[in-house]
Amino acid sequence: MIWNEKIECASRDEMTHIQSENLIKTVKRIYHNIPSYRAKMQEKGLLPGDIKSVEDLSKLPFTNKSDLRDNYPFGMFSVPMSEIVRVHASSGTTGKPTVVGYTRNDLQMWAEVVTRALCMAGVHKNDIVQIAYGYGLFTGGLGLHYGTENLGATVIPISGGNTKKQIQLMQDFGTSVIACTPSYALFMAEIMEEMGIAPDSLNLRGGIFGAEPWSENMRREIESKLELKAIDIYGLSEVVGPGVSCECEQQAGMHVNEDHFIPEIIDPETLEPVPKGELGELVFSTVTKEGIPILRYRTRDLTRLNYQKCTCGRTLVRMEKCTGRSDDMLIIRGVNVFPSQIESVLLEMSETEPHYQLIVEREGTLDVMKLLVEVQEQFFSDEIRELEALRKKITANIQGTLGISVDVKLVEPKTIERTSGKSKRVIDNRKI
Amino acid sequence: MKAKQVSVFLENKSGRLNEVAQILGEAGINISAFTVADTSDFGVLRLIVSEPEKAYSVLKENQFSARTTDVVLANSPNRPGALSKMLKILNAEGVFIEYLYAFTMNEETAVIVIRPTNIDKCIASLEKNRDALLSNNNYKL
Repeated sequence: MIWNEKIECASRDEMTHIQSENLIKTVKRIYHNIPSYRAKMQEKGLLPGDIKSVEDLSKLPFTNKSDLRDNYPFGMFSVPMSEIVRVHASSGTTGKPTVVGYTRNDLQMWAEVVTRALCMAGVHKNDIVQIAYGYGLFTGGLGLHYGTENLGATVIPISGGNTKKQIQLMQDFGTSVIACTPSYALFMAEIMEEMGIAPDSLNLRGGIFGAEPWSENMRREIESKLELKAIDIYGLSEVVGPGVSCECEQQAGMHVNEDHFIPEIIDPETLEPVPKGELGELVFSTVTKEGIPILRYRTRDLTRLNYQKCTCGRTLVRMEKCTGRSDDMLIIRGVNVFPSQIESVLLEMSETEPHYQLIVEREGTLDVMKLLVEVQEQFFSDEIRELEALRKKITANIQGTLGISVDVKLVEPKTIERTSGKSKRVIDNRKI
Repeated sequence: MKAKQVSVFLENKSGRLNEVAQILGEAGINISAFTVADTSDFGVLRLIVSEPEKAYSVLKENQFSARTTDVVLANSPNRPGALSKMLKILNAEGVFIEYLYAFTMNEETAVIVIRPTNIDKCIASLEKNRDALLSNNNYKL
């Protein structure tokens, strides 16, 4: 089923027209309400009137994650707080979280795009949807929740974790669709196997997986182990949360809800738009959001766009599965991790810059993060219990900052390989 | 007497202990005693050597994490019961010990290496009880 056929199957001309109208309004709104972006436009000598259609989009300055951080917590909001009905914050970023705010209209729009996404995935009103994304500041849980309710399907708001209970409810409630991170889906499959539960004894038929990168191989593995159709959903809190784009049952790229979020692909080096269909960094402009409208937000995700009409009937542009990042961010168990966060935790604990190396592995189905820290003289104590205490303190501080566990290992100085003076900070051994 | 002990951070990797021994040997430094405190991943090698400051610098030059720590070297009769007597006294005087180890000089004399929380208190306590400790003869501090 197509939830909003008029939009999802609109001709390119119709879509461009809708986008242009909304873009013009959004540029005005931002220019008048967000001083930091107005300053950026003024620097380029741009007035709101200079933006007449989506054709002019590339004239506008970019927004970076740092802009949100610099204006922490509410400096990028374009309405008074009395209009904001909810905030979300992204999982640990460098230093401070990035905060986003939603008006009542924003929440309605978000529910609409998630409902479209669920329909793309083949979910219908008779489904029982178990939402195993975290509920809370993270957009995953609540985003899926209201979209599912809006569709009229049944929500099981179980949130993340508690795997045995997840499985028990799948059995007892007859869950037909599961929504979680793809690595958690594989983990659940593993536990099911241990518990001796065959997937065909369950009612599962679909899975909505996102919040971390995953490959076609992983899709095949999930589909065969859980006996369901695995659908990729994409989103980021800066744009709205899950539901920015989603695959349809053709599993041939994620349809972008582009009447709300206009995608562009740029060259991350030159910052110029790339020719149609080429790989580059994904940039989004939200053109209907009120709480925190954002123009040309650099997602740092690498992908390409396909404007061909899909066999499902939708004309919404499709983005490929993201193949990588244009920065050093890692996504570990759905959590964004920047090496600089680890650096700042270590710096807080010592006066000189510590050498460290982050090693990410996939053990079974879960990502594990190992951190090697060189014991320089400033760290070295003659007493084992102090060294152990140091190790525990690093572990706790990093866990506190990132929100995920880390296995800290103290190593001798100069054991971490250095490349032209700088050490190799991150080794990602995951084969996704 | 108060002495400098050299401590070295070591990962539990084969050959590392020998590297330290070789570096010290080549620098002409004699090792009188050593002990290794270890955990599953790493250990701390503690050494009593002929020239602690020199040992510290050559280890640093070779990129080991090293430091020197003050310890007490107490000579004790190499006899049954002597260690117990010393520990009893230190306990009675309220001297807390982080760790200790020992080596023997000869048939007559052993040396106890003590890392107390309070060095001066430890030395004072041993001085004060010199006679009791020496009852087995041959006690030197």
